[in-house]
Amino acid sequence: MSKKMPSTPMLDELESGPWPSFVSGLKRLAEVDGKPHGAIMKSLLGQLEHSYQTRKGYWKGGTVGVFGYGAGVIPRFSEVAGQFPESSEFHTIRIMPAPGFFYDTKTLRQMCDIWEEHGSGLIALHGQSGDIMFQGCRTDQVQPAWDKLNEMGFDMGGAGAGVRTAASCIGPARCEQACYDTLAAHRAVINDFTDDIHRPSLPYKMKFKFSGCANDCANATQRADVAILGTWKDDMQVDQAEVQAKVKQLGRKEFINQVVRMCPTQALGLNDDDTLDVDNKSCVRCMHCINVCTKALKPGKQRGICILVGGKRTLKIGDLLGTVVVPFMPLESEDDFAALVDLCHRMLDFFADNALEHERTGEMIERIGLANYLEGLDLPLDLNMISQPRTNSYVRTDGWDEEVRKWNEIKAGAAE
Amino acid sequence: MSELRRPIESGVPDSKQFMHPALVKNYGTWAYHDRPRPGVLRHVAANGEAVFTVKAGTQRQMDVFTIRKLCDIADQHCDGHIRFTIRSSVEFMTPDESKVQPLIDRLEAEGFPVGGTGNSVGFISHTQGWLHCDIPGTDASGVVKAMMDQLYDEFKNEDMPNRVKITTSCCQINCGGQGDIAINVQHTKPPVINHALVSGVCERPAVIARCPVAAIRPALVDGKPSLEVDEKKCVCCGACFPPCPPMQINDPVHSKIAIWVGGKHSSTRSKPMFHKLVAAGLPNNAPRWPEVAEVVKTILATYKADARAWERMGEWIERIGWPRFFEMTELPFTKYHVDTWRGGRANLNASSHLHF
Repeated sequence: MSKKMPSTPMLDELESGPWPSFVSGLKRLAEVDGKPHGAIMKSLLGQLEHSYQTRKGYWKGGTVGVFGYGAGVIPRFSEVAGQFPESSEFHTIRIMPAPGFFYDTKTLRQMCDIWEEHGSGLIALHGQSGDIMFQGCRTDQVQPAWDKLNEMGFDMGGAGAGVRTAASCIGPARCEQACYDTLAAHRAVINDFTDDIHRPSLPYKMKFKFSGCANDCANATQRADVAILGTWKDDMQVDQAEVQAKVKQLGRKEFINQVVRMCPTQALGLNDDDTLDVDNKSCVRCMHCINVCTKALKPGKQRGICILVGGKRTLKIGDLLGTVVVPFMPLESEDDFAALVDLCHRMLDFFADNALEHERTGEMIERIGLANYLEGLDLPLDLNMISQPRTNSYVRTDGWDEEVRKWNEIKAGAAE
Repeated sequence: MSELRRPIESGVPDSKQFMHPALVKNYGTWAYHDRPRPGVLRHVAANGEAVFTVKAGTQRQMDVFTIRKLCDIADQHCDGHIRFTIRSSVEFMTPDESKVQPLIDRLEAEGFPVGGTGNSVGFISHTQGWLHCDIPGTDASGVVKAMMDQLYDEFKNEDMPNRVKITTSCCQINCGGQGDIAINVQHTKPPVINHALVSGVCERPAVIARCPVAAIRPALVDGKPSLEVDEKKCVCCGACFPPCPPMQINDPVHSKIAIWVGGKHSSTRSKPMFHKLVAAGLPNNAPRWPEVAEVVKTILATYKADARAWERMGEWIERIGWPRFFEMTELPFTKYHVDTWRGGRANLNASSHLHF
């Protein structure tokens, strides 16, 4: 006995227009009889239309989980369950995809089959944290759905005050600009933190994101507590014949406009023979000229990562961008990867020990000062961490000579 | 509950098992890339082998039938491999150039717009909204669908000065993140408190601690422990609502939409920037949000006409100056645009650099 489709005049308006419509998708799921999602989605469409009519949301949280884990299921109970009973429980299961969001169709089809059997048939690819969001599941179906997804080789994502699911750019899988293996680093770090993902016990969330260069395709700088960005130390690679070809293609004026003039540190010049003059000492590895001249220019060969810490959006103290705490680390050998994982653990431990309730890493650093954070992590001070030295005199400097000695030691160490 | 199964704590799976073999083979050896046409990328490896990527837009919140359709396309055209981007576009990769046009034709025929590459308007990153979130002021999926219908041609072409990343967020937590344009809910009235429920569901000290302006204090209301808000201090941010749902911040009329511009994550050319408020007080006008679409289209058209090649939205405005931005877009400038939060003085003009 099938229930009637609800009347959804407002949602119906989102079915017209050229862009793929999520409403049409919800209706496709609702129109199926003989699968659990038919009834669930008829009810859900009713509640969503009710939200559109009244301009209010009607979900509340709660506690739903799977055996052995303390996070990863986002519970949703309807506040209007009396009117829309079949979607009264509409939980989301967060599942971590492979880094770079790669799938084969066998895997995706298997996920669809599981979600058609146990859930609403609605899957978001992907949530803002980088999870596969299996949306819409009754409480009693969470465990069986999870068991099957887990048996496929997928694990639960993060939620709440723990380490969160990470995101990374496509990296060396299909990008010549990647200065390190973002996908390998993502796996190395996150798979060493599974306990902190699945059993959250931190002051607040902690996010890692991995981008292969300054283009930051993973949106790490402002959205991650720990943003790991690719960079290089030596001179960038220039194929002068290809530069000349690019000058010919764009025209000299446009090449100057689009490449030379756009360099943020004026490190570029065009020579009389249409080759590129690069002042590598002034270059800040911003990627602009490389983006424009994809054939002629490349990052240098001595590649690695820089780490920016503390990015987050408004709540509570205001927006923060990540700032440099490690200007350069190589990331090629197994030892390099182990050093990164170790550093990430020290960052997590320091955060767990020192952050206040509901305080993010950036807020903690703002409160205690970068110098104390560096000391706590045993990281050396570096001029690349600041945009300029302090401009106010309210500081006690009676430890000056000792700090000068430390600086000279760092310099001597670097010279060795 | 008969048997309880212990989870296999396997973490993140290895991507290589899912990648097209051409990517596995040339992993880390790519030499350069170009774009034969909008929506198509060509990456060439050091050994000369090329891989073509066809990129298309999706609705992100996908029913299993849509996902299976994408799988059918991948099986028929590119050996059963598929990838999604950070902004929920789908990518099909093949080493065979002859498969590119049939793939494009098939995607377009099935209703997936091919585009989103280079200097286009990419898919709008968004949050859950009324469909699933417990605190939303609007429905991001609906806003995004309404906007993308209007920005369809800008997705399919590469006519912008640089790429344009748009985000939406259903509350001021701003899960959508920074964007060249951000479309975010902005509440305009303090929360309405259901005092009967507070003591039962809220940990009051935690709620008080959550307020960025210390406007919440404990109170006894009708003999029951509750909370009260100093409405003169309240900035209507909604931070108290997630930990204490009886502090209802969402309002069908007073929860408005604000538009922010000029955010970027990348350190490319300029340093990363936050987006800046340019318009507020727009009605939360479901299901098509026409007033929001009008402002977004005006800003995009102005940027498209005036910015130089490769300038992102924020960089363009830095060059032309904010007076010119407001003049060209004809958006009103109000006292609410002037930053009053901590560090806000850094956003004042401490110079005699003036635009007339």
